[in-house]
Amino acid sequence: MEKVLLKNFGKEGAHTIDSYLSGGGYEALKKVLGMEPEDIIQMVKDSGLRGRGGAGFPTGLKWSFIPKDAPEKYLCCNADEGEPGTFKDRGIMEYDPHLLIEGIAIASYAIGAQKAYIYIRGEFVFAARRLQEAIMEAYEKGFLGENILGTGFSLDVYVHRGFGAYICGEETALLESIEGYRGQPRKKPPFPALSGLYGKPTVINNVETLSCLPAIVNKGAEWFASIGPEKSPGPKIFGVSGHVKKPGLYELPMGTPLREIIYEHAGGIRDNRKLKAVIPGGVSAPLLTEEELDTPMDFDSLAKIGSMLGSGGVIVMDETTCMVKAAYIIMRFFSHESCGKCTPCREGTTWLKKIVQRIEYGKGRQGDVELLESLCGNIFGRTFCPLGDGAVMALRGVLKKFKEEFQYHIEHKRCMV
Amino acid sequence: MDEKTRKEIEEKIVPKYRTRRSACMATMQLVQSQKGHLTKEDMEEIAALLGMQPVEVEAVGKFYTMYNVERPVGRYHIQVCENLSCSLMGGEHILKHIERLLGIKTGETTSDKKFTLSTVQCLGSCGTAPVIQINDDYYENLNEKKVEEILGKLR
Repeated sequence: MEKVLLKNFGKEGAHTIDSYLSGGGYEALKKVLGMEPEDIIQMVKDSGLRGRGGAGFPTGLKWSFIPKDAPEKYLCCNADEGEPGTFKDRGIMEYDPHLLIEGIAIASYAIGAQKAYIYIRGEFVFAARRLQEAIMEAYEKGFLGENILGTGFSLDVYVHRGFGAYICGEETALLESIEGYRGQPRKKPPFPALSGLYGKPTVINNVETLSCLPAIVNKGAEWFASIGPEKSPGPKIFGVSGHVKKPGLYELPMGTPLREIIYEHAGGIRDNRKLKAVIPGGVSAPLLTEEELDTPMDFDSLAKIGSMLGSGGVIVMDETTCMVKAAYIIMRFFSHESCGKCTPCREGTTWLKKIVQRIEYGKGRQGDVELLESLCGNIFGRTFCPLGDGAVMALRGVLKKFKEEFQYHIEHKRCMV
Repeated sequence: MDEKTRKEIEEKIVPKYRTRRSACMATMQLVQSQKGHLTKEDMEEIAALLGMQPVEVEAVGKFYTMYNVERPVGRYHIQVCENLSCSLMGGEHILKHIERLLGIKTGETTSDKKFTLSTVQCLGSCGTAPVIQINDDYYENLNEKKVEEILGKLR
């Protein structure tokens, strides 16, 4: 498959506008500016593009919820990449920032937004600088600003830096953060498409999602739809980390089997050890084991086996990994990142962390596994946003497949491995 | 806050947004970048400038973990990722090694105020784990020797 999203990854100088233009950059924007916005939305619907941030919602459908006659609308690019195991958006922003900016301009024109914000996590200082420089270049060449390429369409793009809050990847928390508040999720409905940033219709799309747009415009919706499974097509970036020989980013067709990603692209398990478990899409996604490795990596196939594609962040753990410790690290993360707004998540994730921590530290008690399971039931589906559910899905995944390791830890006060 | 900073806030940050309040995150970032942390007086000044209550600025400052609210840090703030991918690749050894090299525990600052050591949740650099961040910069694919070289240069 010809690379679209990572074609410039690792190439020195590829981030400049001259380099981008020499590869046909901004041709898609020129083409789109001569089209009716509704036709662009239809094209994106026809392409089958689904959101790459994790939820997999159809992008064209999301855009179509925006009221056409609203005078003030916004596009927000979610670059708050924070799901542990995920590092794909950073790859695009550092090496191909214009790809994202062109995607933002296309999406903004399609929905009629005149302002767009890129919400980037605070730690990504280098990527934020690259984006800011690229935005300035795009203004200078007339691809952003007033009356773009003489078409009458105007768009301003701004970088808004987060400052250390995983929850701001949740779209309504992201909006709160841009408005200058603590990043806590809003009640839905109303959904952002009707009442988003400053109460105005807003679309929030992930970096990778927006970066697919220039190729869809240039090569056509049919081309995009022909890659991978019919119901979740297109190229996808998989980020592989953990115990593999060649960790890194791999752009492959959606639906590539997990086994191929780990053993062919990422070189297999380090020191030729055995694979013990793999998280397929960031730590919220329930883990999989050896017998599930032939699952195609797409939204529907992973949902069918009780996990999720999420962000496509693949974390591989070999046979030396203690699953209690892995669970503790994940619970520590969720309890640290719970925003504190709702009780089941704020208290629940803290309790989950404390109980898993005491098991890990050799202080577990008989009945702790049952206690964890009962707590999970009191959190799941009862939280304000998906963060609490993510913690539960992750923990249930480990408990389902490695319960005996927890019991062993409680009885012997040490790891099974 | 000096005149130049005020000017930068009014000309570069505030016009990006529909409300003045929206400028508070970036304003706090700017002020912190000049001195390493934010004091009560800084937050009062920012509040007055943006038409907010001081407690509203403080609430933002204490929610987002990168703001060092009333918490001075050393010239080099070392943050060691302790999430899963880094842990699998030896992040904890890196943390312990830095503690040994600097003679401080996690959360502490060296007596010469040069280094502060913290742990941090996922830095989004899992493919090049283990990873640390020192001030604005990432250091990836670390081992003990690389850490010694990096700290040696900063000492």
